[in-house]
Amino acid sequence: MKPTDIKNTQHFHKVVDCQYACPAHTPVPEYIRLIALERYTDAYMINWQSNVFPGILGRTCDRPCESACRRRRVEEEPVAICRLKRVAADKRDDIEHLLPPVPVSKNGKRVALIGAGPASLTVARDLAPLGYSIDIYDNQFAGGGMMRSQIPSFRLPEEVLDEEVNYIVERGVTTFFDTQIDSMKEILEKDYDAVFVGTGAPRGRGLDLPGLDEAGDKVHLGVDWLANVAFEHTHVIGKRVLVLGGGNTAMDCCRSARRMGGEDVRIVVRSPFGDMKASAWEKEDAIHEGIPIFDNHTPKEYVIEDGNLKGMLFEKVEAQYDANGKRSLIPTGEDWVFMEADEVLVAIGQDNAFPWIERDQDIEFGKWDMPVVDKVSFQSTNSKVFFGGDAAFGPDNIITAVAQGHEAATSIHLFCQGKSVSDRPAPFTNLLSQKMGVHEWIYDNAVKPDERYVVPMAPLEEVLADRKLEVELGFDSATGYNEAGRCLNCDVQTVFMEDRCIECDACMDVCPTDCISFVGNAEETELRSTLSAPAQNLAQDLYVSAALPTRRVMVKDENVCLHCGLCAERCPTTAWDMQKYIYNLSYAGQ
Amino acid sequence: MTYQVPKFRNPSLPRNALGYTKADYEGSISSLCAGCGHDSISACIIRACHELSIAPHKIAKLSGIGCSSKSPAYFLGKSHGFNSVHGRMPSVVTGAAMANRDLIYLGVSGDGDTASIGMGQFIHVIRRNLNMVYVVMNNGCYGLTKGQDSATADQGSASKKNDPNPFNGIDLPALALQSGATFVARSFSGDKEQLIPLIKAGMTHRGFALIDVVSPCVTFNNNETSTKNYDYVREHARAGGIVDFVPMRDEITTRYQPGSTYEVTLHDGSVVHLHKVAESLDPFDRMSAMAALDEHRRNEEILTGLIYMDMDSTELHEVLGTSQRPLNQLSAADLCPGDKVLHNINASLR
Repeated sequence: MKPTDIKNTQHFHKVVDCQYACPAHTPVPEYIRLIALERYTDAYMINWQSNVFPGILGRTCDRPCESACRRRRVEEEPVAICRLKRVAADKRDDIEHLLPPVPVSKNGKRVALIGAGPASLTVARDLAPLGYSIDIYDNQFAGGGMMRSQIPSFRLPEEVLDEEVNYIVERGVTTFFDTQIDSMKEILEKDYDAVFVGTGAPRGRGLDLPGLDEAGDKVHLGVDWLANVAFEHTHVIGKRVLVLGGGNTAMDCCRSARRMGGEDVRIVVRSPFGDMKASAWEKEDAIHEGIPIFDNHTPKEYVIEDGNLKGMLFEKVEAQYDANGKRSLIPTGEDWVFMEADEVLVAIGQDNAFPWIERDQDIEFGKWDMPVVDKVSFQSTNSKVFFGGDAAFGPDNIITAVAQGHEAATSIHLFCQGKSVSDRPAPFTNLLSQKMGVHEWIYDNAVKPDERYVVPMAPLEEVLADRKLEVELGFDSATGYNEAGRCLNCDVQTVFMEDRCIECDACMDVCPTDCISFVGNAEETELRSTLSAPAQNLAQDLYVSAALPTRRVMVKDENVCLHCGLCAERCPTTAWDMQKYIYNLSYAGQ
Repeated sequence: MTYQVPKFRNPSLPRNALGYTKADYEGSISSLCAGCGHDSISACIIRACHELSIAPHKIAKLSGIGCSSKSPAYFLGKSHGFNSVHGRMPSVVTGAAMANRDLIYLGVSGDGDTASIGMGQFIHVIRRNLNMVYVVMNNGCYGLTKGQDSATADQGSASKKNDPNPFNGIDLPALALQSGATFVARSFSGDKEQLIPLIKAGMTHRGFALIDVVSPCVTFNNNETSTKNYDYVREHARAGGIVDFVPMRDEITTRYQPGSTYEVTLHDGSVVHLHKVAESLDPFDRMSAMAALDEHRRNEEILTGLIYMDMDSTELHEVLGTSQRPLNQLSAADLCPGDKVLHNINASLR
């Protein structure tokens, strides 16, 4: 293999698994260290810069970082990154004075944001300090989009949502709430310099089965029902509720139903339990609230008696996977199962909908009637119009919407300055030695064996009685400190300087996870099998040095490196150094 | 600041026949200087024992005094250990081996512990062919007392203090051959590929196995003027016999050129492939081994690898005809069978 080019920003970026996996590339280990130091405000601001909604995401994020966490590869559970983010948000001081000033005199460019969800708000956050005049349009009474209409208060209290939304909408932008936009043409006629569409995927998918018409208003679309609950148009639900679907919306529906009078609330889903789209922890939370999950049940019919909904019939199926892993659900041939129900919530998916965009506005629509959007710049075929969040590529999560909002803001800024949107600013990177002494580092390099700490919860009977009472209580400072200690500091890189190496093997001998080998060079596949421990995780790169005097090369398998620094501590010639890798995305105007 | 090894290990570490990973043969974290050759030797011992699938409790590691003799704390943390008196490790091993012949005895010593204060013990334990592996971590200096030249420092070699050594250095393999050793090898801490099979072969050999390992002292004796620095040893080492150790249960797959390769079957059925590199060396001939050592020394080369092996070695227990059952497992009734037996013996002598 050729020597690894560590000047390429991607090698070390990939080593910081959590940051790499995060769509917004939030520098996770950096803020976790600040939480351990009880510097909550600083930790919060790092988050705010990167993901805009630390308090919200600290409660609701899909946590791609935790699936990627290296801790999962050396023990079982990842660091509770998401809940640590919440610690920073819960315990911070007032931060308003730290927010970037929004100039009073504007730069003369006007931008319209359609929708006030996470993507649009991110665009506003990035562009307002640069002097843009920003108009936000939304059909709800306040900003937040689906974070307000679809995430129940027991997971995301309204105060938390309001506070972080207000950091944006109350600082130099113009909002048009309770305003339904029915025509893109009208917006474009207002002569904005750029328009951003962040209208989400607002249309819930229905389930048209026999009996639907008779069932009438006893069958609801999950997203709409959640919005009605959030906006207090709906106050009760029947005692027996069936929730159809296996995603996070289904989990929010069933848990809300438990709080709205539902006593026998069940989730019924076609796929096997393990294949359900909902995050593992959301399934656990639902089960904890006494909601059974019936998997492998395909809905067949709404059962009507005397004109009223009585329940539903389901066919039992079995999942079979072909050689490519493609799943088919095969009926088992058993009798259909009848389940009683007073009301049914259908949460089987969401679609985008752009009935309000006239098709003669130079915005090309492609497959599935989705706008044609550039994957990097988020620009549509109408160069003035940008898309982001669920509106761009279909339903995803909040943190993805934020990441896309940042990119769209960068594009809009470039576009408004007459520059090419493909000429994007590079990320800021730096490597900084952490050495303080022979056995001393700026970071806490001891690897703590602690298992993941459990977030305390409010008593079940209390939370079921009050739909607004937050279920999770969050970590206290002491638990936050302990959980933060589980972080392996993957951003503190092992940097190897081959010209200093005397090949004493000390690093290889001391490495607790056998990451380091000195071997003859070979092609990657062969090299991976000749190391101290076979490097089987192909998703993780090898770090290969130039040839050493004995013609061997140093090969480090980045897979399970604990970043404990022992290689550097045991190196007699400081050929290894522990260096903190900073990788910050550049935002609009940077 | 860490003086502890994290508890997590690489999940893809291979397991041996006993189900143990290499981690099960580790000790506590080394307190030797960073880059010390001794740590590499420790790592080789760990790997050799793991690959041989020896249960850790079937090994006893014993040492004398010095940097080398500290190192047993850094490997085989679940084995028996005895850090004995300076230069007296062979006596303690002898006692232990007499009491329990079922363990594998691994002696770890240094050049001071062996070639100075322990010289007498060293020669006598060789003479008796005690069944043990004797590893000398040989750095040519007294690292623990700030790097004075030791008895194995080569004449003319200068350590960090830069005074060339005026005296002749003792060549331990030559001395061992002279004293009747049945397995003599030399290696280099920076050459794991050579050292690990040597340790395995030494542990399987029946009788005394000396492995003299040149192990640079990075703190006091790794300077350019020393003949025991990493670069010098790499440049001047010449492998005599390269050993490839195949444990008994493994299929022998390696095939070497005939003529230069010997297949030696050890008493437990394991096989040592000995691949002869140095033309002048016949590793089964004591005189040839001594001559090869001398020739390489005169050429300012360090002869490494397996230098000599006596396939018909008779170890101390066999010589003494001791009980097959270890002494420490014999009960009082076994050792003192009573009047009746005594009468019978006496009667048989009348």
